[in-house]
Amino acid sequence: MSIITARSISKRYRLGTLNAATLREEIQSLWDRWRRGNAAPAPDAPRDDDFWALRDVSFDIQEGDVVGIIGGNGAGKSTLLKVLSRITEPTYGEARIRGRVASLLEVGTGFHPELSGRENIFLNGTILGMSKGEVKAKFDEIVDFSGIEKFIDTPVKRYSSGMYVRLAFAVAAHLDPEIMIVDEVLAVGDGEFQKKCLGKMKSIHESGRTVLFVSHQLNMLTSLCTRGIVLKQGTVSFDGPVDEAVLHYRRHAGQRGEATMDFEQAGMRVGDSAAVLHRVRLETVEGRACNTFELQESIVMRIEYSLFLPAQRCAVPSFFVFDGMGDMLFVSVAVAADFGEAINRPGRYIASSTIPGGLLNTGTFTLGVQLVWMNPDVHKPFFEQNVMTFQVSERLDEQAERTRSGYMGEHPGTIRPVLPWEIRSVDSAAHKPA
Amino acid sequence: MLHVRSDYETVIRPTKGWLNVDVAGLWNYRDLLGVLVHRDFVAKYKQTVLGPLWAIIQPLMTTMVFAVIFGGIARISTDGVPPFLFYLTGLLGWNFFASTFTGASNSLAANVGIFGKVYFPRLVVPISTVVSGFIALGIQLLTFLPVWIYYAFFTPAGAAIDVSWPSLIVLFPLVLLQIALLALGSGLWMSALTAKYRDFAFLSGFIVQLWMYATPVIYPLSAVPARWRWVAAINPMTVPIDAIKMMFLGQGSVEPMHVALSLAMTAAILFGGLVVFSKVERTFIDTV
Repeated sequence: MSIITARSISKRYRLGTLNAATLREEIQSLWDRWRRGNAAPAPDAPRDDDFWALRDVSFDIQEGDVVGIIGGNGAGKSTLLKVLSRITEPTYGEARIRGRVASLLEVGTGFHPELSGRENIFLNGTILGMSKGEVKAKFDEIVDFSGIEKFIDTPVKRYSSGMYVRLAFAVAAHLDPEIMIVDEVLAVGDGEFQKKCLGKMKSIHESGRTVLFVSHQLNMLTSLCTRGIVLKQGTVSFDGPVDEAVLHYRRHAGQRGEATMDFEQAGMRVGDSAAVLHRVRLETVEGRACNTFELQESIVMRIEYSLFLPAQRCAVPSFFVFDGMGDMLFVSVAVAADFGEAINRPGRYIASSTIPGGLLNTGTFTLGVQLVWMNPDVHKPFFEQNVMTFQVSERLDEQAERTRSGYMGEHPGTIRPVLPWEIRSVDSAAHKPA
Repeated sequence: MLHVRSDYETVIRPTKGWLNVDVAGLWNYRDLLGVLVHRDFVAKYKQTVLGPLWAIIQPLMTTMVFAVIFGGIARISTDGVPPFLFYLTGLLGWNFFASTFTGASNSLAANVGIFGKVYFPRLVVPISTVVSGFIALGIQLLTFLPVWIYYAFFTPAGAAIDVSWPSLIVLFPLVLLQIALLALGSGLWMSALTAKYRDFAFLSGFIVQLWMYATPVIYPLSAVPARWRWVAAINPMTVPIDAIKMMFLGQGSVEPMHVALSLAMTAAILFGGLVVFSKVERTFIDTV
């Protein structure tokens, strides 16, 4: 018997803004319905600005399955998880879930900066559905797992972001639900802690729990999951063993080949009340949109965003580059001090940064963007890990023949920096042929 | 292998119908209620020197301002009751209503961050503001009672105060319950409206102020001119505030007809509030 049964789950979003006109329309339609009974068109009537984030999504998940949900931006992954964790209702369709669900859509939900670590463990634990008694019983285990015993009575606003995440994940990891929904948690924290988390995920799985997992780190999905469901434009485009699912996704992601991701035009609102992301674009130094670069060519990353609220400390964008396996290669954050107050005010901004030619090796890379807004606490209005992919290729011409000293095979490694070399002969006399 | 409890099945589907209050769910999350109350209490007084003392100082200061402006300058009648005691008594019930109403009004908009990530019965949050309101009321009673005892038993003005002990002990908790339910009901209306149209966030402070002047807090019901009596009659807060004054000061003019109307209004507002709140809570996260 399946633990999750989803049947034709569909979710519609109404685009467009709410304004005086919508209030008037709403009152008008209420009035009409009241006067004419149910004869007036229902508010469900299709409209032009409808956007279906999910369309007829059906699947069965068995007890103990660890399922990776794979898909690009706007494929419907987050919406699906939101429906399954009851944050929002589906427009049509039905899901039946047997057992307690713990959603971990983002760690640290409900953490209050003024409360201490101890108080937040109770707050977070009860928000996630534990009783006070359950939290108490696991308290020591949680503190131990987080590794922040010393600061347990300090307000979390004084925590570093790493400590914050560790505490938050520790609470969530000790929920012991029958079904766990995880979305991009492990991207944060240091390597040591990530290993701890992976171990915990594995043990959750081994204890027979069902896990739904969304991550852009494809290799992590393949190592943790047994099954993959690929979503594309709100529908299931593949459902099967995780290796095949990743292959399927990668094959189709590769074909996408866009150099501009325009969230604004696509009607996707990425961000919150503090800031939103409009578009991301990759281009050559000459300003031509491009997603395939030569090895020696510089790669210009460009991001357009709007700040709605002023940031007390700073509001800086950053670029994330992941390799073909989904491992993070590096993060580049704008240095706030270089720009001063000017970038903290509400307004629309275009920021760009350049990966110098001759740094990345050939291959496929994924670009992610994030905005860090400090007011003065760290807040991330948006963090898109998989905005677009781009390729770095090498033309095997005379130049390449020279730099490769004639070797024309595969050059290993994810990066291929051009480093200065020095070779000098020492003690040449000793090796003189006799 | 973990054994899945087959009795625990959640069905997720679009909700039909009017009123969907998940009573069993609310009961399961009773611990969260306590923790939220604790959070609001601690967060409110963090980094203040006086801490919860503010819950005592604030009404005292408001009372003094009222005593100077309305009693001293405007010379509004207090039906022979010492002005300071009169305003303090009026504010006892009113502050309880106002703080609970304001808290409940903010419950959806202020917790978007949590609601966007985790499911729990949303009603837990406005209910927690009612509990917080009761705690603040308790603190306020600590200041009110000594002042009241002093005036009622140790001053000559006390002779005019006719305390009806039985009604005080039996009816006072019931009046507080009515205020709590009314504040919850109207707060649910406001939070549902604010979730959709942020304009109401600006209106809510104004509504509280206007509502206070429409309620016999700073003036006795007997001072309301006959042609404005209907306002007092349809305002569901009139009866509880006047009843509190009647119990503690022996001054008031509550009529049985008004009591019935006030109770009916409270029930209607609460029921309507639950309906609109449960309609908005299902998908409001999609529109933020």
